[in-house]
Amino acid sequence: MDATTPAAGTSAPPPGLDTMNVTVKIKRYDPEKDARAYWAEYRLDVRPTDRVLDVLNQIKWEMDGSLSYRRSCAHGVCGSDAMLINGVNRLACKLLVRDLGSSIAVEPIRGLEVVKDLIVDMEPFFDSYKSVLPYFVNDDPEPARERLQSPEDREIFDESTKCILCAACTTSCPVFWTNGNYVGPAAIVNAHRFIFDSRDQATDERLAALNQPSGLWRCRTAYNCTEACPRDIPITKQIEEVKRALLWRQA
Amino acid sequence: MPRAHKYDVIVVGAGGAGLMAARYAAQNKDVKVAVISKLYPTRSHTGAAQGGVGAALGNVSEDHPEWHAFDTVKGGDYLTDQDVAETFAHEVVDAVYELEHMGLPFSRTPEGRIAQRKFGGHTREFGKSAVERACYAADRTGHMILQTLYQQSIKDQVTFFNEFHVLDLVLEDGSARGVVAYELATGEIHVFHAKATIIATGGNGRMFKVTSNAHALTGDLMSIVYRRGLPIEDPEFYQFHPTGLYKIGVLLTEGARGEGGILRNKDGERFMERYAPSIKDLAPRDMVSRAMYLEIQEGRGVGPDGDYIHLDLTHIDAEIIEERLPDITEFARIYLGVDPIKEPVPVQPTAHYAMGGIPTTIDTQVVADGEGTVVPGLYAAGEVACASLHGANRLGTNSLGDLIVFGRRAGIEAAKYAARVDYEPMPAGVDERAREELERIRAASGSERAAHIRKELQDTMMDNASVFRTEATLAKQVEILADLRERYKQVSVEDDGQVFNTELMEVVELGFLLDNAEQLVYAARNRTESRGAHSREDHQDRDDDRWLEHTMVYRNDDGSVRVGAKPVTLGKYEPKPRVY
Ligand SMILES: Cc1cc2nc3c(=O)[nH]c(=O)nc-3n(C[C@H](O)[C@H](O)[C@H](O)COP(=O)(O)OP(=O)(O)OC[C@H]3O[C@@H](n4cnc5c(N)ncnc54)[C@H](O)[C@@H]3O)c2cc1C
Ligand code: FES
Repeated sequence: MDATTPAAGTSAPPPGLDTMNVTVKIKRYDPEKDARAYWAEYRLDVRPTDRVLDVLNQIKWEMDGSLSYRRSCAHGVCGSDAMLINGVNRLACKLLVRDLGSSIAVEPIRGLEVVKDLIVDMEPFFDSYKSVLPYFVNDDPEPARERLQSPEDREIFDESTKCILCAACTTSCPVFWTNGNYVGPAAIVNAHRFIFDSRDQATDERLAALNQPSGLWRCRTAYNCTEACPRDIPITKQIEEVKRALLWRQA
Repeated sequence: MPRAHKYDVIVVGAGGAGLMAARYAAQNKDVKVAVISKLYPTRSHTGAAQGGVGAALGNVSEDHPEWHAFDTVKGGDYLTDQDVAETFAHEVVDAVYELEHMGLPFSRTPEGRIAQRKFGGHTREFGKSAVERACYAADRTGHMILQTLYQQSIKDQVTFFNEFHVLDLVLEDGSARGVVAYELATGEIHVFHAKATIIATGGNGRMFKVTSNAHALTGDLMSIVYRRGLPIEDPEFYQFHPTGLYKIGVLLTEGARGEGGILRNKDGERFMERYAPSIKDLAPRDMVSRAMYLEIQEGRGVGPDGDYIHLDLTHIDAEIIEERLPDITEFARIYLGVDPIKEPVPVQPTAHYAMGGIPTTIDTQVVADGEGTVVPGLYAAGEVACASLHGANRLGTNSLGDLIVFGRRAGIEAAKYAARVDYEPMPAGVDERAREELERIRAASGSERAAHIRKELQDTMMDNASVFRTEATLAKQVEILADLRERYKQVSVEDDGQVFNTELMEVVELGFLLDNAEQLVYAARNRTESRGAHSREDHQDRDDDRWLEHTMVYRNDDGSVRVGAKPVTLGKYEPKPRVY
């Protein structure tokens, strides 16, 4: 693909002091046209404060409308746009150009089937998530008001409530790359969310679900997940806590 | 041939309102329910809500639903339907407990109860001083609501059609029969036949340049029902939230001011003391946004261009900021490179919330006219709907409350209706209109780009129809919209594929946005008074004699626009001047 420059009078910033020229390489694939994925290259003027998502939008809106990716909130809360950016899993909307420099490479997250360009099939990821009973269970009669929980008990699982299911962690995990059946860090974080909630009653079932051949014990503490998490969840630590909870129950 | 599906109840939208509706519809064992959403459910913008959900639990200090109802009516500048506000203020208490029973991880008081904080316009004893009413989970309340409801929907085994984009509503002989949707992964058209259809598709903030709203919030269903001849209620009341991050619009919750944050002009002055002496920075949003604009207009804005205001949190304990406002602190650091613990954050009003929408009864049935004639089989809830709880200006935390109260009502009512009636026949060819529209766009060979038209729309709506309006700016915007609409016909797409043709969908969404802008501008031009979020510089006073009524905007068959009215349901709170 030829390098192109954006049309004038558009959402692209005017070239000037506060803009910079970047080269963006994007791994593209259209199942209706391409036998295999290929790298396309684009050159354009952007602001250092632009998000990578803004850059992708600028390419889509000004240069090549067929470029496809998921996005919605544009500020790191909906989990739509995890991508492999300059070799690390990031949310495109939470990473600024100035933190990357003038050459940017964007690929789909790994280990899930690519559907088109940066869009992958997320269903296997959500199936793993659903397998750990990621919902609150408490069959006692409901009180008239709230169930009580001390701030300290609430704090224990605070970090795991932050997960936005973007799959950045799971798709950065070397165990997941070689074994797509591995339940993966995101599912374990969401199990942690309930296992350590003082109000929940389904810990046994959840731990049993994780104690499967493709479950918790596959984790080799590579720490990739912790580094990839855009919400700064200490994932490896949480996986260790769940492992300990399981051993404790078994003992 | 379209792919055909049949469900007793179809819910369009999987944000807070849609998931709540689905949950309650499914509790009626006689009905089969499915949810259709253009986004995967957890991507819905409910997840972006930060500050809290308002309910008079009284966990921190004394509070009563009556006080909440009054604040809602006054905050809405008396355009709120008072029966709706009363019902809401009472039901939201139970609805919040119910979220807690579903496992929602609220922050907690030292006694272990749901934590509550102050928010704009929420007061004790009918306006005396600010009260802690916003139930919160740090500054991630919406995220927790969305996650909790989605988690429960997994438990309840709800049927989802994810990444299905609804393009049309089937409305025959005045009754709703279902929807037509486009499957993003395959490009196939599906027809969903339903006895009852619930619309829960959220807002339309993407018609403005600076907005807190997600890219996906393009007012699709507000446009679709309008094209089918149904009215939109009160679209001129569009809320600008005072504290969007400068230039990018990402929201910093009002909870920041609830925790003690202060707005300052370039002289460092706490200017809200002049505009709202009793509750100052916690005045309702319309007043604060106007005050900020006035400060900027009068040369007291901050920055090289004097076009922003400072949100100052530096006097608040760093630990409190990190604990109660962690996400917004991170947003300021990442997107502006500003650390709120050490320095004030540049902010400006950001397009945030549609008070108006698809008109409904208190039971969420969609109405077709100013007399309140119900459209059989059609329901709406959440930001897309107008019950009218928020009147001319929504109070912070009342939208999340709206989702759970009226989402629940919609699910219950729609299921009751569906269990009682038979399917109305589904005529052949109901998918023709949607198909033709897609074919037209795919075949177009004009030189226009959707992105350019969208940008012009957003820029001009910001200039001519945002916080302040006049006859001149609105008349100009009417012309601009007509021109953009012509140019829209010349938009072509490069992507001719079927699989995830996101370019095609962006063009369709732009068409919806143009309709939303039309509704807003015609209604705003018609209303020659200032009330709540609708501020006319050429008609600065509220005029209850002439304008204490809801707007109803219709599109006629010939494409012209008609503006009608609908009475406001008054009650025990007499309209009074709104001072804080
Ligand atoms: C940044 C931010 C912070 C906020 N903070 C607060 C707060 O603290 N307190 C408060 O009360 N309110 C707050 N609000 C307002 C509140 O969050 C929203 O009004 C509310 O979440 C809207 O919920 P909803 O269910 O109506 O729509 P959404 O959550 O927006 O969901 C819309 C759904 O409709 C679907 N959809 C849309 N169009 C189509 C289509 N054509 N076909 C199929 N599906 C479609 C989408 O996929 C999505 O699932 C905030 C809003 C924002 C933007
Ligand atoms: S677009 Fe929502 S997380 Fe990036």
